[in-house]
This record gives sequence, C-alpha cells and structure tokens, in this order.
Amino acid sequence: MSIVNYATREITCKIVYYGPGRAGKTSNLQYVYGRVPGDRRGRMLSLATQNERTLFFDFLPLDLGSISGFSTRLQLYTVPGQIYYATTRKLVLNGADAVVFVADSQTRQFDENVESLRDLHENLAAQDIDVRTFPMVLQYNKRDLPSDLILTESELDEALNFRGVPAFAADALHGRGVFETLRSISGLVLRRLSAGSVAHG
Amino acid sequence: MILDGRFRFDNYVVGSANRLAVAAARAVAESPGQVYNPLFIYSASGLGKTHLVSAIAHQAREQRPGYGAAYVTVDEFVEDLHDAVSAGELDPFKQRWREHDIVLLDDVQFLTGQRETQTELLRLFNQLQRSGKQIVMASDRPPGEIPDVDARLVSRLSGGLVVDIGEPDFETKLGILRNLADGREPPIDAEILDAVAKIDFANVRELQGAFNRLEAYRSLHGGNIHAGNLRDILGLRARNTPVSGAPVREGDGGNGARREPAEFADFVSDVSRTVETSVAEWKLRITEAIATWAAEGYRTAVLERALKLPRSPDVDGLLATFAAACAHLGSLEREAITLAPGFANHSVFRDPERVAAAEGLLSRLRVGGEPFPGPDASFTLANFEVGVSNELAARAAESVGAEPGRHFNPLVICGPGGTGKTHLLHAIGNLLREGMDDTASIACVSANQFIEELVEAAQQGELERWRARWRTVDALLLDDLDVIAGTERAQTELFHLFNALASENRPLVFASDRSPPELDQVEPRLRSRLAAGLVAALSPPDRATRRSIYARFLADVKPSVPDDVLDYLADSASSSVREIQGRASRVFALARSAGRLELATLRSELDGHLLPRAGAPEGLVDRAADPFFVDNERVIWDWHEIPGRAIEEIR
Repeated sequence: MSIVNYATREITCKIVYYGPGRAGKTSNLQYVYGRVPGDRRGRMLSLATQNERTLFFDFLPLDLGSISGFSTRLQLYTVPGQIYYATTRKLVLNGADAVVFVADSQTRQFDENVESLRDLHENLAAQDIDVRTFPMVLQYNKRDLPSDLILTESELDEALNFRGVPAFAADALHGRGVFETLRSISGLVLRRLSAGSVAHG
Repeated sequence: MILDGRFRFDNYVVGSANRLAVAAARAVAESPGQVYNPLFIYSASGLGKTHLVSAIAHQAREQRPGYGAAYVTVDEFVEDLHDAVSAGELDPFKQRWREHDIVLLDDVQFLTGQRETQTELLRLFNQLQRSGKQIVMASDRPPGEIPDVDARLVSRLSGGLVVDIGEPDFETKLGILRNLADGREPPIDAEILDAVAKIDFANVRELQGAFNRLEAYRSLHGGNIHAGNLRDILGLRARNTPVSGAPVREGDGGNGARREPAEFADFVSDVSRTVETSVAEWKLRITEAIATWAAEGYRTAVLERALKLPRSPDVDGLLATFAAACAHLGSLEREAITLAPGFANHSVFRDPERVAAAEGLLSRLRVGGEPFPGPDASFTLANFEVGVSNELAARAAESVGAEPGRHFNPLVICGPGGTGKTHLLHAIGNLLREGMDDTASIACVSANQFIEELVEAAQQGELERWRARWRTVDALLLDDLDVIAGTERAQTELFHLFNALASENRPLVFASDRSPPELDQVEPRLRSRLAAGLVAALSPPDRATRRSIYARFLADVKPSVPDDVLDYLADSASSSVREIQGRASRVFALARSAGRLELATLRSELDGHLLPRAGAPEGLVDRAADPFFVDNERVIWDWHEIPGRAIEEIR
C-alpha cells in the first residue's frame, strides 16, 4: 500500500490494531474517535456481533489536513481478536503500513497475547513482510486493573517485546496511552517516507 | 496583538538598572537582524519589558516603511498554532509567521511544557534567522531557568544577547515620576516625587500605581500631601518576593490552569513535524516540475521515472535539461507549423524524450512540405470480412502490419473492383500506423495522385524536390496501380522510388485490378519487382462471406434479421462487396418500412427483379421498379466492364 504519493500530494497510512480478543483494540479507536473534531474524521465503521465483539473489523479514517502540502490521512483498522477469525485478520492486515499490537495486561490473558503475537508474525510473513523492519509498537492495555491481576510491564516486555519496539502502558477505556501509542506508530510509519515507500500516481 | 503606541523609546526612562537592555534594544531597532539576534530581555514583572520590546518595533517600523513586525505573547502564539492545527492550516500558519521582518514574543516563560509550541518556535526561529530577520523575546526569567523547555530551544534563546532589567533605582523612579507628573495641574511638589521615588517599589507598575493613587488623593483632598502621610496615602504594605519555580500568570494569582492542548491537535502537530522532516525535498521539486510541465501538455515520463529512484539524482541538472528540451521542442514546433500547420500540437513536440524524432519530422517537413494523405481510419482489418475468397490477402495484410518491410515487401493486392482492395490497402496502412512512430509518414494515395503530383512538379521544374519528398515516406501504399499503365515517366519515377524505399525495407503495398504480369504497358522491370513480393488475389465474395457481410450491414435492423432471410440474401450471387452493400441498403429500407423482415415478404417484394438468383445473369436490376434509382447516387450493376466504378454520382 502506498504511503506517500508525490504526484497527487497525498499521504495515506493504514494502521492495524492487532491483538487478542477483548484486549481493547476497539476501545483505542473509540477513544481516538471521541477526541477528533467531527470534520476531521470519517464515520467509524464497526461490524460487531450481537454480544458486541468485533466480528469483522473496525475502521476509522482520520483526515489530518494538509501537512507540508500533502493531504494526509490515517486509516485505523482493528482485527477481530478471536482465534476463529483468522481469515478476516489476514484480510485486514493485507496492505497495512504499520501495526499496533494491543496486549491484555491481565495475567490470565498471557497465553492469548503470546498466541496472537505469533499469529501476527505468521500473517506478516505470509505477506512477505520483514517483521524486523516493519513499523510496529506494543501497547500494554488495562494497566488500570488491580496490580495483582496484571503482569508488570517488564514481564510483558520479556514475553512479547523481544524485538525491542516501543511499548506503551495504556488504559484505553479512559484514554491513557492511546494517543501516545498512535503518535509513536504514526511517527514510525511516516519516517519511512524518506526511506522510499512511495507511489507516484 | 496590536502594539501599544505609548510604548516608545522617547518615554522610556533609562537608569542603571535598564541601561544595557535599552542600549541593546536601540541597537536592534536600528539594525534589526544584524546585532543581538535573538535579543532576550528578562526581568521581574512590571519593570518595562513590554515597553521596551514595543519600542523596538515602533522604531524599526518608523525607520523602514512597510517593515513587518509581529508582537504576541506566547499565549497568543499557542492559540494561533492550535487554531491552525485544528483547521488543518499549519502550512499557512508557518508561512504567515515566516513573512514577518521582526517577531517580538512576550511572556516567553509560558513555554513551559508546551512541547508542540516549542518545536514550532524552534523551527520558526531557525527560518527567521536564516532569512536575517530579527527575534526579540521577553520573559520573567532567563532562558535557562524556564522549566521544561527543550534544550535546543534554550540554546537558541540564549544564542544572541540575554539582558535583564533590574528594579529601578532612585534616579530612574524619579525620572519616571517626573514623566508622569509632567503637565499635571496643579504641579506636584518635587519633594513629594523625591519621597515617592525613595520608596522601595518592586516594579514600575507599582510606582505608576502609587503615582495614580497620589493623583486621586490630590483630586479628592487637595494638596495636603507630605512625607509624613505619604506612605499612608499610598497604603503601602509588605509585599511578597517575586515568583520562582513554575511560571505564574499575571493577574490570575498563580491559580490559572494552563489550557491543556487538545490531544488530537497535539497529535497532529507531532505528525506534521514528522512529515515535514521526512518528505524528500528533491521529490517535491520534481513533483512540482511534473505538475508544471504536464499542465503545459508535455510528457513527463522521464521525471516520473526519476521520482522512483532510491536516491536524489542531480535535480538541478535534470530539471534544467528537461526545460531545455521543452524549449527546443517549442522552437521545432513553431517551425513545423509554418511548414505544415496540421502539425500544431503534435505529440512529438510535447515529449522531451523524442527530440530526435521531432527533429526528424521537421527535417522531413523541410523537404516534403505538407504530409501525405494517410490511410482512412474507417478501413480496418477488423471490419474486413474474411472468407475463402480473400483469406490469403487478409493474412498477408496482417503479416505486413506485424513486421513492416520484412514480410511480403512488396505486397500486391489484386482483384476485380469492389472486392475490397482499397479497404485492405487502408487497413494495412492503419496497422502500420499503429505499429510505427506517430511521426512516421505513411503515404496512402492513389496512383492518379502520384501521377498528378509528378506532372505538376515537372511543369514547375521541381522534380528534384518532388523526388526528395516521396523518398521521405516511411511506407508507400499505392491504390489503383493499374492506371500507371502507359505513363512512361511515372513508371520510371515509381521504379526508382520503389528501389529507394525497398532498399531501406520500407513497406510497399499496391492495389491493382490486375496482377503484375497482366499489367500491360508497364515496364517489365517494374512488373518483375512487383511480382517478386507477394501477389494476393481477391475474388468476388463467396457465399459465407456474402452472408457475413449481409449480417454485418443488417445488424441494426430491429427485430433482428431471421436466419432464413440472411440465407436467402447470401444465396444471391454478387460480384463485389459494394454490390452487397447496395442490396443490403435496400433490404434495410424495406425492413424499416415493413416493420418486420420476413422471408415471404422479402421474396415477394424483391424476388425476380431485385436479387438475381445464383445462376441468373448477375447485375441485372430493373431500375424503373426500384425507388433507389430516384436518388442522385446510382448503382450501376450492368457495367461489368468498369469494375471499381460501382457508384457514380449523377450530376
């Protein structure tokens, strides 16, 4: 997927929030949605099941306006975390410019985090994406829960962040860490502009 | 913010506490951008910082009409920045600030924690300083003591001259009081002013306040003021020492919470910085050049390829070369238009990668003048019905189009009139046109025109020019070759032209009603050369071809023509495609008038006079019975001896 199109002066980034079910991916998008002026965001498209779990994906387009003469847009997606939606995850991941891996800090969700991260690497590899250079950040969500229920950040780092990517503690429901995460992943992906990820229309 | 007109150098009282600051401010006002840039003035509140920076702006503007000065507080700057970010107008914001000749920023201490503003300011300062523009700042503390400010910005703030204004001494205060008392009636006693000046005011505002209080007291109670009651009148109390630590806003008692920037605006601001530093400048330049040249109609493929390079090429050289090529093409085009106006806006003059082709075209025009008539675009191989009667010729045509000059050179298409020779000749011309450069000269002319031009050139003594012109063609397609019989001079010229073109493998295609060996009165040397290529004969259309042609011509009839009608029509013999076309036209008219075409109706209407059945003499039509012949155009079916002249216009 093209990041910058010099001919049409457009920058478009597709950022996918990946992670196990109920980790808080949709909460991230909902918080961002609530902080974006109405004229700068598209309609948040959310396809959910009856029990309000994401069935297909969430999609939130953000218009950042003209930056350095480039019309700049971010497209935020979530994937359904549940294991049985593997095909949908692959579909949403296709063409992604960057990934935010949202991990659930709860101790009992440890295995789900590891499994989801493994699934992410598998799907990226299937798309011939080199995970060593692909923009990715981690978000350890639900840091607001009692400490006896959650793993420490260093424990999560040890289990999930073996590549040493930026990691953020977050409480997506209340917004803590949401924009920090988005800012970091946007920075990573946009800095690739000068690395040649371009389209020329 | 609008500058306060009262704040000028001439009413600023200079004393030991502010002498250095005033000297620096005057120097900056007289030579903005050249000394002390940036000038950073700090002092406790109320000691005249705002007065001094305003005075700089006033004097600079007085000395330089049209000089752009902007005076704002950090608060206002932050607000402006956030508004711009929220409105998605960061670029205009930057542009606007870059345009000022002098920027005066007050209350710089409130940069504390303003990450995005600090970054924006740092960028603005860099740009202004590079442009030789002046920056003046005022703060309640020196740069290094403003908490939570980016070290790079602190360094930038301290990079010019940092001066402070101390608390006014007695003389300064007295001077200020005298300025204030000047012109007041009744005059204030000098002793009172001295006494007031001796009071330890923290700043000039307090001094001004004390003076105002004295004036109010005087207006209410007369002049009964003396050293004894002075402090009571002024209501002096102990005061707090100046602030330290976190900046405190004047007027809010230190309780005013700093406005939290919207998270989204902050985020967009961050993204903007990243984009600005990541977008490759050289790509922007090339993109802009593409937009400019494309708008003028030039093909910019070479620039577009440059955009895909992993690293910056020599952009200056590339753009200069491109511009030079465009200019050269423009001059070539202008000359070409004078020689052949039809070449105005020709694509070759809009493609800097085809300068050589454009020069070639111009050279040809210089020799040959107006271009030769090309093939008629309506004659294509796709709408040439192929059957047993013409299959060989059609395949040969495809082959010539696929490999011009290599296969079947020359190709001679021969056959009776109306069998599709002209159609095929033009179809080959169109195939050649598709496969050749659009500057290629494809001459698709009749032998009559060839002869006429020759005769005219001979009469005007321009035979050499005529020859040169014909030798410029990239492909020669000559129709009605048979008319060259008996024209000795034309045959000789054609012979030499043939040799010249064939030697360069330029395609040669001829159409004739007879095969080369049958062309009487044509020089044997020319006949033998024509026969040496491929001679493809066209026969009158066979039944399958006739049926296909009828189906094509009657395709628009609604409801569609039944198969039995097409079979009936195909059964009738036809010597040429033109004849079929003529009959199909009449059937078409009948279908429209009858509403529905049925075999019985058609047979009763046409059989016996319109459609000669197979075996009956072909071409016999009862003219009087057919309304078609009322028209100006008449099909002459019975002139078998004049093939190729099927339609005659009766005038």
